[in-house]
Amino acid sequence: MAAKTLTIDGKHVSVDESATILDAAVDAGIYIPTLCHLDGVYDVGACRLCLVEVAGSSKLLPACTTKVSEGMEIQTDTERLRQYRRITLEQLFAERNHVCSVCVANGHCELQTLAYRQGMDHVRYDYRFPQWEVDSTHSLFGLDHNRCILCTRCVRVCWHIEGAGTLNVSGRGAQARIITDLNQPWGTSDTCTKCGKCVMACPTGALFYKGATVGEMERDRTKLEFIVTAREKKQWIAD
Amino acid sequence: MDIEDLVEIAEKERASRKKHVIRCCLAAGCMASDSKGVKEALDKAVQEAGLQDQVEVRGVGCMKLCCQGPLVQVDTHESGATVQVGDDNQGPLYLKVTPESAPSLIATLTGGQTSLQRGNPKAPFFTEQAPIVLANSGIVDPERIESYIAAEGYQALHDVLREMTPKEVVDTMIASGLRGRGGAGYPTGLKWATVAKTPSQQKYIICNGDEGDPGAFMDRSVLESDPHCVLEGMAIAAYAVGANQGFIYVRAEYPLAISRLQTAIKQAKKLGLLGSGIFESPFTFNIDLRIGAGAFVCGEETALMASVEGLRGSPRPRPPFPAESGLWSWPTLINNVETFANVAPIMRKGAEWFASIGTEKCKGTKVFALAGKITNTGLIEVPMGTPLRKIVEVLGGGAPDGGRIKAVQTGGPSGGCIAAEELDTPVDYDSLAKLGSIMGSGGMIVMDEATQMVDVARFFMEFCMDESCGKCVPCRTGTVQMHSLLKKILAREATARDLQKLEELCDMVRHTSLCGLGQTAPNPILSTLRFFRNEYTALLKDDVHNGRNKNHPAPEPAPAPAAGPATGS
Repeated sequence: MAAKTLTIDGKHVSVDESATILDAAVDAGIYIPTLCHLDGVYDVGACRLCLVEVAGSSKLLPACTTKVSEGMEIQTDTERLRQYRRITLEQLFAERNHVCSVCVANGHCELQTLAYRQGMDHVRYDYRFPQWEVDSTHSLFGLDHNRCILCTRCVRVCWHIEGAGTLNVSGRGAQARIITDLNQPWGTSDTCTKCGKCVMACPTGALFYKGATVGEMERDRTKLEFIVTAREKKQWIAD
Repeated sequence: MDIEDLVEIAEKERASRKKHVIRCCLAAGCMASDSKGVKEALDKAVQEAGLQDQVEVRGVGCMKLCCQGPLVQVDTHESGATVQVGDDNQGPLYLKVTPESAPSLIATLTGGQTSLQRGNPKAPFFTEQAPIVLANSGIVDPERIESYIAAEGYQALHDVLREMTPKEVVDTMIASGLRGRGGAGYPTGLKWATVAKTPSQQKYIICNGDEGDPGAFMDRSVLESDPHCVLEGMAIAAYAVGANQGFIYVRAEYPLAISRLQTAIKQAKKLGLLGSGIFESPFTFNIDLRIGAGAFVCGEETALMASVEGLRGSPRPRPPFPAESGLWSWPTLINNVETFANVAPIMRKGAEWFASIGTEKCKGTKVFALAGKITNTGLIEVPMGTPLRKIVEVLGGGAPDGGRIKAVQTGGPSGGCIAAEELDTPVDYDSLAKLGSIMGSGGMIVMDEATQMVDVARFFMEFCMDESCGKCVPCRTGTVQMHSLLKKILAREATARDLQKLEELCDMVRHTSLCGLGQTAPNPILSTLRFFRNEYTALLKDDVHNGRNKNHPAPEPAPAPAAGPATGS
């Protein structure tokens, strides 16, 4: 295993050559905002919040999917990036119906936390107020499209950790949405194993345990970590 | 199959040529005006006149002047005369032919008269063209391989397989200076070299025929008019990079192109020009078709490959590039239809010949689909570097009914509008990029004075919004917000603040989107703002928040900058 040396925000970092910029930053204790990234599943580079500036590259690069290289000089927190991140978050809030005060994930929501952290205090764009339904046909879980940000974490854990392949994305653009099986009610799904990994993975209140009310929806990711560690490192250890 | 067999087919085909060849356009444009009925009526009229021995009615591909279709042209050669390639395009050209007028057209062969409108094959629209890709278009019968072979078809493939090493083929491509015709203009030879040098037991070739730009029909015409030319180009590419399986990805909206490709592949396989042991060499190459389900984003290479694999057609971050990890993670060469169509001519006539056409940095020719407010709507192929003015005014004949041209939109939804005062720009990748537009795949929409530019931007933004795949946030939500801001401006409800917000969004979407669709989606707005900013500001209403009137601006500098940010880098 060869190591690569690079600088992130002026700090010298040495990491394995297979690491991504995000891995290197986490290793060095440097914060890069992420939303679609989830430890244990492959990255898709979709939320564009982890974009960083790399010297010599005219394009902004997603930290989660870009591999490190020797001598890379990375800036993670410039004025330009902060502005883009704020617009991205504002866009997400304007896109569907995110009403924190009545949301099951209030106080435990990654989108909300990010907005606080990036200093987003209001949304300058017109709210779209789209009509979305809630699928509450499942015996244990609910799916509220109004709160979905299409990060596809749930799809990825369903296919690549659980291996059930129940969840998927249908439609395109603003009409894209998470579906179960071939767009059938979740409760009628033959493939769903009711494992709940999708609910654990969800960053917002879109997927929730039935019975949870405002602010009660806390995620327990230790089960996901346990399985991923077991699979990747062949170690069956739990905290 | 060896070279003698190929020559024999070609000679037999040329020898069987009758005195009169009536070429009837059977490409999608003319078919829409019942050119199929015209062909049948012509066949019947020939039968009735008893001229079967002297006249062949040949269904051909696009004859380029689409606005005057159905087109029919008559070539006459004295019997026994040796027919050279390129001898066609001489005889009278008939416009807007109807099935009813077919008998009178046939009567002209025996001295009769016809009231049919005549076109001028010596008009600049035809003579100023320099066909390489479209050399066979409108001349060979796309449904008969013999017709293509008679036009020197598959000779280049033979010479490449029997006389050149793969490296020599790649070197020839590099020397030719051909750049990708899909829009980005990446050097084709370099791409081939990368795939060729990547060690792998399996490699793939993909032909990108997912032409989705509104107003563009170059690839469709090439596939409908000369499918074998694309197959031959792909086979040469496969030999050069070491692949033995190819895929042609065509939109389901092109049923005629699909059916002609299927016919072409079947015929080529039957003659041993595809399959195993081509021209008695160890080279094996097969081509399969993949039909797109109508998503614009599938023209983006990574999304296209996902679609070929049977997955949802959404793009993924690059690197890794397809040349390194493409279809099913194997190295993959992906080129556009027009790029592949250039390959056989380059191999046949040499890299120097090709490099002598065009400009210093952009070699060869480019096919454009001329559409919009222009007299001669149709397909043209001109050398790179031809001034836009020449294309629009000389070939295109200017705006109809004496109208004035206001702007030319190039590059589809990823491109931009070029104002009339910039018409002297030579058309090549770099000059168009400097003006904030792109060459794109070759759509060219001409707009006259009646066109409202903000509405043009809105149209393209609506297209991008509908076609965004929804994977990355900036493109999915940004296009919706930009569209709604444009609608607000058009409804005269927007203020200078909204315009500023729009510009800010353009910048953000352009720099943060995942794939080319999102990164170029703001181009129609940015380019119209650059040349027609006054049309935007004229629609703004007073900003009640700062009590300023647009007609009586405050002494301070206007809230928005005078010139739009330069696009393209």
